[in-house]
Amino acid sequence: MSLDATMPRASAPAILPGSGGMRGALSDLFWRRPQLLLLLMLLPPVLWLGIVYIGSLFALLAQSFFSIDEYSGLINRQFTLKTYGDLFQAANLDIILRTVTMAALVTLASAIVAFPIAYYAARYARGRWKALFYLGIMLPLWSSYLVKIYAWKLILAKEGILTWLLAKLHLLGLLDAWLSLPVVGGNSLSVSFTGTFIVFVYVWLPFMILPVQAALERVPGNLVEASSDLGASPGQTFRNVLFPLALPGIVAGSIFTFSLTLGDYIIPQIIGTSRLFIGQAVYSQQGTAGNIPLAAAFTVVPIIIMGFYLWGAKRIGAFDAL
Amino acid sequence: MRSDRGQSAPLGLKIAAGCGLLFLHLPILLIFVYAFTTEEKSFVWPPPGLTTQWFAVTWNRPDVWQALSLSVRVAAISTAIALILGTLCSAAVSRTKFFGRETISLLVILPIALPGIITGIALRSAFALADIPFSFWTIVLGHATFCVVVVYNNAVARFRRTSGSMIEASMDLGADGFQTFRHVVLPNIATALLAGGMLAFALSFDEVIVTTFTAGQQQTLPIWMLEELIRPRQRPVTNVVAMVVMLVTLLPILFAYYLTRDGDQIAGSGK
Repeated sequence: MSLDATMPRASAPAILPGSGGMRGALSDLFWRRPQLLLLLMLLPPVLWLGIVYIGSLFALLAQSFFSIDEYSGLINRQFTLKTYGDLFQAANLDIILRTVTMAALVTLASAIVAFPIAYYAARYARGRWKALFYLGIMLPLWSSYLVKIYAWKLILAKEGILTWLLAKLHLLGLLDAWLSLPVVGGNSLSVSFTGTFIVFVYVWLPFMILPVQAALERVPGNLVEASSDLGASPGQTFRNVLFPLALPGIVAGSIFTFSLTLGDYIIPQIIGTSRLFIGQAVYSQQGTAGNIPLAAAFTVVPIIIMGFYLWGAKRIGAFDAL
Repeated sequence: MRSDRGQSAPLGLKIAAGCGLLFLHLPILLIFVYAFTTEEKSFVWPPPGLTTQWFAVTWNRPDVWQALSLSVRVAAISTAIALILGTLCSAAVSRTKFFGRETISLLVILPIALPGIITGIALRSAFALADIPFSFWTIVLGHATFCVVVVYNNAVARFRRTSGSMIEASMDLGADGFQTFRHVVLPNIATALLAGGMLAFALSFDEVIVTTFTAGQQQTLPIWMLEELIRPRQRPVTNVVAMVVMLVTLLPILFAYYLTRDGDQIAGSGK
């Protein structure tokens, strides 16, 4: 009886005729020449990214070798290294140093806050909890950047929730003492470096958690057991077993936290002091000052710092954890 | 001796992880409370009273509607461009090995790996050099460039799981290239593309750093928010818009997660 079902098929020709027309011809052509298909597939994205993006980057780089005429404010399109010389003025070096210090501190703090979350999610969370942890990290990562900053403006404002909470706990004296400190203090948390620092850590934290978690997922649980069986205290296990294995993940995460802090100009503008960061310097140089060459030279600083950083990260194998 | 599976975490770790998650989520929840506050002039906590009147006020604000409409149009077109370019690129990279394959991956990832301010100022100076006036399309140009990577990442992960022999089988059974694409390849990658498109939309809808450099005088919703943050005019309206922006970006993320949760690479694990 199954024969009946197969009968009509048997009468069909072994090789089907081509579908014919333009479409068939094209399809045959792509089959015979896969290279042509590959080329056609690659052409639009490569043209777009190559012309729009790489082209713009080179245009920017080229402009950093121009200079601005100090009297007329016009851009002098002649090759010069003078603009790069301007970067080494005390005020500009100050900006670079401040930004790099902030990026390093933010990276360190996010690593410390991220580790327990990542470790718990990688080792102890199972099933439903694992999904919950995953969403718990993903939602803050993807939710609106500006709204997150706005939320912190609400929290850190003088009349905001943090002051209220500390007043309830009778700890206002502690906040006032902190705010009266020279560099990190200020009128209120929302106009101090401390505020800038907290918001940076908050906004970039998920970028640190995800790679650390990915690195810790690969650490077999019995390695930790073996370490304690051999008599190591939890602290020793962390220092000698867990931390070295998590390090590539931490470095991978630090690429994000470091690079994002170097380039950000919105967070320090909204929550912070009037002292500039690299991103703000770039923004004001190209905007109000109209000094595109200096702005371009400023953007080369994070590119070079990140270049060295990536080179170092690659050497200790951080890219496998991405 | 019991095995380590099922052993619960040390208390200190539980507390640290819990506090970390609270630190990530409480500020977001706060936005939802402030949208209902009766206080107009300051960020005082606790809110003196709750009201829904600001939703009506926001509803009648033409500038908010204009910004929202511009943001949605930009995000929709950028997502469409990113879908086409990202799919083409991921198909080429995952189906064949060719010279310069690594370079292509780097090229796609670069716009999101470098700080946004570099992308922004590079585009702006290129527009200035080429005498291109700012318009709707200059915003789209910037957004599509960094949205490609989101679609690309999702599609590449799916192509890696899809067996190439299915395409050969389809060809063997007599389908031509276009039929194979339509009936075999597309159904396989459809949910990955949808997830990638959702994430690209959310990314574009929320983008502010590149947009400030490519927008000229026009205001997308994030630029409107930024203006309000720097020079506050009506704080309750900002509170309501903040809540709406939060919802508009969260829903696509949840949907993208739902679409790809069974996969080996869940959408959105890298931004």
